[in-house]
Amino acid sequence: MSEHNGEGRRLRIATAWLGGCSGCHMSFLDLDEVLFDLAEKADLVYGPLTDVKEFPPDVDVTLVEGAVANQDNVELAKAVRANTRVVVSFGDCAVTGNVTSLRNALGDPAELVRRVYVEHPDIRGAMPTDVVPALLPYVEALHEVIPIDVYMPGCPPSADRIKATLLALLDSLAAGEGIPSLDWRGPEDLRFG
Amino acid sequence: MSPRNGRPNVPVTIDGQDVKAFEGESILELARRVGVPIPTLCHLEGLSIHGGCRLCLVDTGDHKLKPACATEVTAELDVTTTNAEIREHRRRIVELLFAEGNHICAFCVSSGSCELQDLATEHHVDHIHYELGYERHDVDASHPKYVLDRDRCVLCTRCVRVCDEVEGAHVWDVAMRGNEARIVAGMDIPWGESSACTWCGKCVVVCPTGALSFKGRATGEMRHDPELVAFLARARDEGEWIDRRAEA
Amino acid sequence: MAATIDLDDVANVELEARSRFTHRALVCTSTGCLSAGAANVRATLEADLTEAEADHDVQVVPTGCPGLCSRGPLVTVESRGEESTLYQYVDEDAAHTIVREHLVGGAPVEGGDIVPPDIPFYAKQHQVVLAYAGRIDPDRLEDYVAEGGYRALSKALTSMTPEQVIEAIDASGLRGRGGAGYPTARKWELLHDAPGEHKYVVANGDEGDPGAYMDRTIMDSDPHRVLEGMALAAYATGADKGYIYVRAEYPLAIERLERAIRAAKRAKLLGRSVLGTGFAFDIEVRVGAGAFVCGEETALMASIEGRRGTPSLRPPYPTERGLWGAPTMINNVETLANVPAIVGKGPEAFAAVGTETSKGTKVFALAGSVTNTGLIEVPMGIPLREIVFDMAGGIPNGKAFKAAQTGGPSGGCIPAAYLDTPVDYEHLRALGSMMGSGGLVVMDETVKMPEVARFYMEFCRDESCGKCTPCRAGTVKMYAFLDRICRGVGRKRDLQHLESLCRTVRETSLCGLGQSAPNPVFSTLEHFREEYLELLVEDEEFLPAGAAPTAPGAPTDEAGAR
Repeated sequence: MSEHNGEGRRLRIATAWLGGCSGCHMSFLDLDEVLFDLAEKADLVYGPLTDVKEFPPDVDVTLVEGAVANQDNVELAKAVRANTRVVVSFGDCAVTGNVTSLRNALGDPAELVRRVYVEHPDIRGAMPTDVVPALLPYVEALHEVIPIDVYMPGCPPSADRIKATLLALLDSLAAGEGIPSLDWRGPEDLRFG
Repeated sequence: MSPRNGRPNVPVTIDGQDVKAFEGESILELARRVGVPIPTLCHLEGLSIHGGCRLCLVDTGDHKLKPACATEVTAELDVTTTNAEIREHRRRIVELLFAEGNHICAFCVSSGSCELQDLATEHHVDHIHYELGYERHDVDASHPKYVLDRDRCVLCTRCVRVCDEVEGAHVWDVAMRGNEARIVAGMDIPWGESSACTWCGKCVVVCPTGALSFKGRATGEMRHDPELVAFLARARDEGEWIDRRAEA
Repeated sequence: MAATIDLDDVANVELEARSRFTHRALVCTSTGCLSAGAANVRATLEADLTEAEADHDVQVVPTGCPGLCSRGPLVTVESRGEESTLYQYVDEDAAHTIVREHLVGGAPVEGGDIVPPDIPFYAKQHQVVLAYAGRIDPDRLEDYVAEGGYRALSKALTSMTPEQVIEAIDASGLRGRGGAGYPTARKWELLHDAPGEHKYVVANGDEGDPGAYMDRTIMDSDPHRVLEGMALAAYATGADKGYIYVRAEYPLAIERLERAIRAAKRAKLLGRSVLGTGFAFDIEVRVGAGAFVCGEETALMASIEGRRGTPSLRPPYPTERGLWGAPTMINNVETLANVPAIVGKGPEAFAAVGTETSKGTKVFALAGSVTNTGLIEVPMGIPLREIVFDMAGGIPNGKAFKAAQTGGPSGGCIPAAYLDTPVDYEHLRALGSMMGSGGLVVMDETVKMPEVARFYMEFCRDESCGKCTPCRAGTVKMYAFLDRICRGVGRKRDLQHLESLCRTVRETSLCGLGQSAPNPVFSTLEHFREEYLELLVEDEEFLPAGAAPTAPGAPTDEAGAR
């Protein structure tokens, strides 16, 4: 996390996709023409929508979609935290575990993997090798893994909600005021589900 | 709320506002009458007082916070219905409710018609500080018309009370204790096998969450109607079903 | 008027019968000694005496508890004109020897395992409620009467008005021994003043704190004392029916209470006209089904009525609307057991013991890392140090004292710096603990305080009734935080969340169980915060297998734990 504020340069935003369905990213794209406003305020430096392989340094805001379900998720989450001023837990999977965490009720993930990869495939069921990242014993909400600055619930958060929260954040950072108070958020901005 | 006679004459201060309460009125009844919002969950007009959810706690200057639903007004009572501390307590209680069961709105039949979901929004619950619990209890889908998902139950006991007090069937009760406490039909039999159940569905309409729902509804399709009970209770109190022609 | 017994006649006959024996062997048959083999010891003594044809000169008496439980089975030999001898760790062999050398031979066993009569465990006690425990056969009304029993009731019924009885209780300064220390006379006045055709007096014997068994011992060692106390309370308040609520885990106490009630009824000490005075009072035992929360008075009443034992909102208070809607008063067993002494000997004698605000004595169950575990009755205000180091004999194996826990899961820990604190209601509360019902668990230097807090939280979690949210869900989450911290995977923010949650549970729970459930956490944090801090990791740390299980029954082993 760098200490500089956003003054005097363009803001850098990123998105990250952990254990989620990408619905939150779809909702992000639903910003439609607002994306142009956004592009005027900031550069998108990382995310499923870019072709960047390594999480870059000095990011101002990262929207992280998805729960933490496997070891790759943990590593990406840590990289995000290490290089981002304001980490946003983006959508219900990141905030609560949500659908991704349904498997927690089933217990041992090894058993789950065996069911999916060995029992259920039509042909040649086999346990996955190192291509598939190791599952965590339990799916965790993002804030159980890294400290979070802003939470944006919703499944997915609506485009209006993303717009309201993100623009408020960017405006505040651009003005060098750090993370703004988000107490104004009402039902349109906060509701789970 | 039973009908009250006469005019309110008990002087009470509620959030700095001087008002007159009826004799024997609860703080919650008074607050609702004069338009001061107090959050509730287990309370439902038309049913007996439970006092278990603890969301309606208010400050009356006593050394302990008091449940507004169960505390009667007294003359010169000075009630603070909310302050920073009370809001924090309420937010934590809502978080605890979320954390103890499966309250994941995204795949809940009652999303959009859920008092717990509304309470979370009202109390700015944007994440849960406590470890989330996952499914621990059984789903009872044995009834032909209704489903009970115990992991979405907040143990408000509205179903227990409405079945006992309004329908008169007493199908439901609470079994076990602590976080293993759960709503059971009869002596813990499948709901569908309960001969006491009249299929009236009152328990389903008063349920504040997705614990009780109509069978066959998908995510977000369930609509509850808890106000129905107040209507029934009022009608009963006023004897609206009694044929008065004979008396006249 | 029905014929009634003459208490003095009964006592004289009993004392006369006793005087015919040269020796009396008092065998503790309370729960502790019974589990250590006292039944066999008693049978051995009786068989050997029969064989030696000494059974006309020596009486074997099954008694209640003399207190020194860790050294049981205990046998006291009372000999005509001599100091009595207390034998410890008596097994079958020792029983043979005691018969041969002492009961028949006439002299205490040479080199026998004898408790010195002047050990501080006994010398520092002041016994009121335990005065007859270990000296009388709890199953014989005559034994109680011979010691002076039921004289207080007789005195009150014949020479005192109910108001005078309440005045005596008031003058004695007696306060509730169940934990909170509410003035007993205030409660009695409330019931006395409550209008109602029927009123109830309830003895709360649902003792449930881990390691505590004061009330059990009073009930199984001297049941008539409880009955007499209840009858006095009923007379003073106008009650006509009493219930003793005892947890099912105390089968011996239940059996002896029921036998005592039958005996008292036969003797017209209970019933439609007690001692022929026209005062009507009856007592029934109600057995709990094993829920800690049923010690809470509203839950207790629900359980007596046959309903689910969960607390309800107060007001109305039991004295306004209690059992079946009638005015009801609930007193702890030990509180009631003090009453016969106060009425019988006068309040001055009672008030002469103790401190300014805490009068009389308190029974404590000593447990944990002390040499002598067992039951003691001490004057209020005795320094904790004297209890731990003199009476309990200090910490075994050369270990250092770390803390004493009083008040059970509602109480707190008292660290070494406060060992000189006088043990009374106010001082313990000022230290963030409480008197509680009398459990006193001593911990040595090897004990880790966060684990102590976790233990008590687990207890509260398992005993929460589930009615109110903060206690039902809060105890689970507080336990989860504590478990995480104890296993070395708690983060700094976990401690903050734990503390804020503790405050909410304390302020918002419905009944005392929930309101006090965070106390062991607050208390251990206040005195031993550094032990918590040492265990914490940074907020950025993530240990996937580290989080705690959320529900009882969830896996707790390292591999399966979350």
